[in-house]
Amino acid sequence: MKTKNNRFDVVIIGAGVIGCAIARELSKYKVNVAVLEKEDDVGWGISCRNSGVVHAGFNNKPGTLMAQFCVEGNKSFAELCSQLDVPYKKIGKLVVAKKKEEIKGLQKLKQQGDTNGVDNLQIIDLNEVKRLEPNIEGIAALYSPETAITSPYLLTIALAENALDKGVSFFLNTEVKSIIRLNNSHFRIKTNKREFTSSYVINSTGIYSDYIARMVGINKYRIYPCRGEYHILDKNVSWLINHLVYPVPQAGVGGLGIHLTPTIDGNILVGPSNEYIKSKDNLSVTSSVMKVLSSEAREFLPLISPGYIIRSYSGLRAKQAPSSEGGFWDFVIEESGIVNNFINLIGIESPGLTAAQPIAKRVVEIINKKERLDFDPSFNPFRKGILRFEEQNEETKKTLIKQEPDYGEIVCRCEKVTKKEILEAVNNPLGARSLISIKYRTRAMMGRCQGGYCQNRIMEILRESFKLSPQEITLKGNNSYLLTGYRSNEVSKSCQKEKLLSLEEELLV
Amino acid sequence: MPEREVIIIGGGAAGLAAAVACKQKGIEDILIIERGDYLGGILQQCIHDGFGLEKFHTSLAGPEYAQRYIDQVKEKEISFLLNSMVVSLTPQKEVIVVNNNGLTHYQARIIILAMGCRERTRGAIGIPGARPSGIYTAGAAQELINLKNYMIGEKIVILGSGDIGLIMARRLTLEGVEVITVAEKLPYSSGLPRNINQCLYDFDIPLLLSHTVIDIEGNGRLSGVTIAQLGKRGGIIPGSRRKIACDTLLLSVGLIPENELSREAGIILDNITGGPQVDERGQTNVPGIFACGNVLQVHDIVDNVSLEAEYIVEGVAEYLEGKLNKEREIKVELEKGLRHVVPQTLIRFKDTIFSFRVNQPGEKKVLVFTDGKRVIKKKFLRRVNPAEMIRVKLISSELEEIKTLKVRLV
Repeated sequence: MKTKNNRFDVVIIGAGVIGCAIARELSKYKVNVAVLEKEDDVGWGISCRNSGVVHAGFNNKPGTLMAQFCVEGNKSFAELCSQLDVPYKKIGKLVVAKKKEEIKGLQKLKQQGDTNGVDNLQIIDLNEVKRLEPNIEGIAALYSPETAITSPYLLTIALAENALDKGVSFFLNTEVKSIIRLNNSHFRIKTNKREFTSSYVINSTGIYSDYIARMVGINKYRIYPCRGEYHILDKNVSWLINHLVYPVPQAGVGGLGIHLTPTIDGNILVGPSNEYIKSKDNLSVTSSVMKVLSSEAREFLPLISPGYIIRSYSGLRAKQAPSSEGGFWDFVIEESGIVNNFINLIGIESPGLTAAQPIAKRVVEIINKKERLDFDPSFNPFRKGILRFEEQNEETKKTLIKQEPDYGEIVCRCEKVTKKEILEAVNNPLGARSLISIKYRTRAMMGRCQGGYCQNRIMEILRESFKLSPQEITLKGNNSYLLTGYRSNEVSKSCQKEKLLSLEEELLV
Repeated sequence: MPEREVIIIGGGAAGLAAAVACKQKGIEDILIIERGDYLGGILQQCIHDGFGLEKFHTSLAGPEYAQRYIDQVKEKEISFLLNSMVVSLTPQKEVIVVNNNGLTHYQARIIILAMGCRERTRGAIGIPGARPSGIYTAGAAQELINLKNYMIGEKIVILGSGDIGLIMARRLTLEGVEVITVAEKLPYSSGLPRNINQCLYDFDIPLLLSHTVIDIEGNGRLSGVTIAQLGKRGGIIPGSRRKIACDTLLLSVGLIPENELSREAGIILDNITGGPQVDERGQTNVPGIFACGNVLQVHDIVDNVSLEAEYIVEGVAEYLEGKLNKEREIKVELEKGLRHVVPQTLIRFKDTIFSFRVNQPGEKKVLVFTDGKRVIKKKFLRRVNPAEMIRVKLISSELEEIKTLKVRLV
């Protein structure tokens, strides 16, 4: 459904989980949609750097969009994941009180959850805590069986692929530089690559949403980056916990406290910290926070040891609340009052992942009210992901190798990812070509050796698949090149010439 | 299910030497399973020389050293599988192998673990800072440069003075790369003295002891690192921070024996070595599963890997003949000065080779073996170094009567 001259009905800026969910939701209608993303792949901002939790909705203030969409999102998440072939596990969550004073906090949370319409919340005593989590220290807990986990990046990729399949155009490595309002019904969007025009612009740029809004003169928003650092633990110690384990939240802090999250792949995440920072692209990890994470986690889980850590990383929260205030401000999902057809999504922080689908629906409602979109009966909500060899039973594995011998070549030994899976990821429909794109799609390089064994092999597969020169392979797009230090062909030729000459000269002498 | 007398997991230095030794002991039915597409393992990317001085009394390059064994494997018609990954190992010695031909179960009477090591990564040692490209472990860089003919950068800082890092400092210098410095967290190097001389000092590359990387910069590609000096207690010395512009950080910060399969088979690991706990024949707590080479303990030189593999095959042969009986079991206990010992237990009390690593460098030391108050053996060591393994043989007459065994370095 490519349109002429890069003209679209709707341009979505930002291909995070929200942007992709909106794209998919819009693809149910007869509209031309483009998604612009500055990175080399979808979901590389906030969406791939969080705990991957499908929240139940008891942390949010009753009456807020956060509360409403979180509860709604939670209830429909399993279906969404099954449609999109994305992993989902309802493992439940414990908010654990360590001291008597904190039990009040549990009751407050439960009350809030009940008001919000969260099902099956219960306060459990020490014995029950020990039964559910033998390794956790605590005296009581709020048990939320409805809390689940998913893979945030696989979900983002799946939403994007499903939308792509329905004709939504994705433009990667495309950074918006300016937005000009042409007349009452059109925008011209200039990027580092080409120009787009559209009737609607949806600003789903997370941490940069205030910056993008300012491009059309909307100055009322301000987003503060608030960094959260995590440790990832080796799969060998996944037995340490069975549920998500959280502390009782502290008032005035813009996060949920350092918690323990089992990931869908069997690792445990420790984190995130909560630190307002200046820069919107500083994803560093710091030695001070790394130490705090370990010590706070040990308060819950005395068995944790630094030797279990295989990697540390950080993500940013897009906070509207300034650091002086802390806490959560409600999601802003609205058409701008001053610029028609410009829809802003501001302050989409936790529980943004859980709420992605309801948020997308709300955005489409806003457009639908004005445009009366035509439903497209050809919409197919189903999408297939990359089949994981390791998760199949033995008979299936045998058949797979027989049909496709590349399944018999295990490239990533830690996560047991086969060459066939790598090839499918390399040839992903969105056209993302960096190592991180392959990592998120397959889990290769995510294990305990962190690509020590397979990264070289994957670079080779990538290079062969697209006949790339070594210098063209990147870790994560842009200038994150991996193989470098070559003299360019021209230089090396001239060097050879000089060498030859000097040799001849020497001979002459 | 296909059955095999001996299955060797890993076709590197240890696996090849074990296979050849098995054949020499008259064991016919051997299968080596190798996940790579060639035999020889890491030796094939070690194109520098210095291998084989002990074993063959000549200096060989890594591939030459490997070839001596590969030739024997082929000559003796020992069977091997390439591009084949062992994905499962049970305590009953059943092995599942995946390769292009399918998924196959094998039943072995003996398993020899020879999977080697992996490299410790940035994540495991927790270097703070940004997460750009341009951070390589030394071995991965060695593979890229020596086997794939790629380059990895122009200006490089190396963290850790392990032997692979030192070798790579020289290798990269020869390729025209500027190796700015090698920073080592400890007050002494963890590499062999000969490598420090031949790879750093001969090329004027500074070795900064008690230094580490405390920050990494770079959005896409790495653009610089900050190093700092560490005080006696490991804290950063104020004023010692120094930013270095570079495009690559190479890590040579240690090796971890690759024991995921061992764990799955219920093998008990030694927390210090990272390898299985074994008796003097290299047998783990699971009868019939043996270990040798770097999967058992990180070795200093490959000659010792080969010697160890040959040595444990004595036990393999005894096991197959039903002669590897446990007489009684005692634990080898370490006292001061020593970091680890292999074997961790004794069951036979015949001639035994012990391997040790010391905690700190030192001179004029004595290794003392005692049984209660009785001194069994003393060995004088002119110089000790954590980088070098100490191998000491005790003979059966020294071990026969012992009730306990304690070892210390004084």
